[in-house]
Amino acid sequence: MEFLVCISKAPDTTTRIAFVEGDTRFNEDGVQFIVNPYDEWYALVRALEIVEAQGGKVVIASVGGADCDPILRKALAIGAHEAVRIDAQPEDAAQVAAELAAYAKGQSFDAILCGKETIDHNSSAVPAMLAEHLDVPCIALATSLDFADGKAVMTRETASGIEKIAVSGSFVLSAAKGMAEQRIPNMRGIMAARTKPLQVVPAQGGASGTRIERFALPPEKAGVKLVDADNPAELVRLLREEAKVI
Amino acid sequence: MKCIAFIQTKEGQATKASLEAAGFAAGMGETVAVVSGEINGDGGIGNTGISRVLQGPGHLDDSQIGKLIAAAADQEGATVVVCAQDHLGKAVAGRVAVRMNAGLIAGVTAAPQGDSYIRNVFSGKATAHVQGTTDKLVITTTPNAIGMAAATGGTAALEAFQADLGDRKVEVLEAAAPSTGGRAPLPEAELVVSAGRGMKGPENWGLIEDLADAVGATTACSRPVSDIGWRPHHEHVGQTGIAIRPNLYIAVGISGAIQHLAGVNGSKVIVVINKDPEAPFFKAADYGIVGDAFEVVPKLTEAFKSL
Repeated sequence: MEFLVCISKAPDTTTRIAFVEGDTRFNEDGVQFIVNPYDEWYALVRALEIVEAQGGKVVIASVGGADCDPILRKALAIGAHEAVRIDAQPEDAAQVAAELAAYAKGQSFDAILCGKETIDHNSSAVPAMLAEHLDVPCIALATSLDFADGKAVMTRETASGIEKIAVSGSFVLSAAKGMAEQRIPNMRGIMAARTKPLQVVPAQGGASGTRIERFALPPEKAGVKLVDADNPAELVRLLREEAKVI
Repeated sequence: MKCIAFIQTKEGQATKASLEAAGFAAGMGETVAVVSGEINGDGGIGNTGISRVLQGPGHLDDSQIGKLIAAAADQEGATVVVCAQDHLGKAVAGRVAVRMNAGLIAGVTAAPQGDSYIRNVFSGKATAHVQGTTDKLVITTTPNAIGMAAATGGTAALEAFQADLGDRKVEVLEAAAPSTGGRAPLPEAELVVSAGRGMKGPENWGLIEDLADAVGATTACSRPVSDIGWRPHHEHVGQTGIAIRPNLYIAVGISGAIQHLAGVNGSKVIVVINKDPEAPFFKAADYGIVGDAFEVVPKLTEAFKSL
């Protein structure tokens, strides 16, 4: 079983967000970057679990400059076998998906796993775009993945509940919580990651379709109105008459 | 500008998230709706101001729905496609964008400002104003963000629509009802009651369920609570769980770590109940009660019941 796991560089979850250059650019000063949690905790770990049980290989790929190398090494330390960095500055989901597809087309992966979204841009767009480029199914928001009788069996969240589905042949999956548990790399993994292959491939000119004009921070809350703990009925009254939400 | 709105139906009726998307599209220009499969009457679509519905075959997979929508846009000469940023939208919108060679702006949360669309970034810690750079555009709307357009009282006419959709590649083995106990799924819920480690153990969740029942809310939880297995993963709201934007979010015994706030700060009104007056969540709250959840929650439940 050969997996491609697409990973993205994202600011650590505790990052306080600020912008510079007239609110057109994210202020990266002092920001700790991590592997996007959905990519790492769920997609990568599930691929590793399956390969550990059934044999095979996990290749990780990311679109980015040399500043992505530390997160690729982190994913190698967790257990991925090889890393590929597509050498382009990520612009939007369309460009990233086109670059990943151009790379994947030349390979023969059994499955391509992504996180369900990145925690910086939150579009949930790359998996479906990648699937369309490769003309394979996109299983969005999957919470389990197993292989049996030559088929991939998955569960996914839908508007009507939960579906158990099967796919023969290659597919793209976006992983949601429940797929696997986060792994902490051990010292042996970290040492081994230093010598695992990290291949840099040139970009293929994937085109973006959107442009961010500017960012804004949400307005501050006016301040909390405290209600006495002995009088919750007053809270209900405020929610009904003042906030008008019930 | 001409638009296509893709409408997901559930038991023959357009979903609320889809109707929000349809209203958004109708506000941008002349809009034709696309549905897959059976629909009761016009499924409520006419009320958004849309008068034509292209009805494709049912039981399609994500690839086939993408082809159906792109073919409809082609037939109608539409340059904009809108659908909800829901489970299906996340599997389909990107496909349509690739097929149409269109930019994709996902998870829009407000009416457009000229050519500019507003969406959440950094998991709700910020917003971005985004423009398309191609002649065509695919837009998805975040459920419960832009609201429903005022009902026009109109009706829409169905037209059978066929296109070359290829073969179905995803086989559905079984489908189970939602595990939200009949309540709205979290991403679309208007009322949410959520609890954290302050509840001390899973055996105490009856208090939270009772409150949720009294409010008519969907239940949710913080990350630690789902990680230690007190509650199922699909209830975890926050930066690495589900981002929600209900009208009312009641948080019980949750301190309000930055990762949790990121997933819930789109809520219109936040109520925090915590015995620690210094809990950071109070700074992000509209209303608060400083007190012991085990005493406050039952009283609050009674107060909701007596409405």
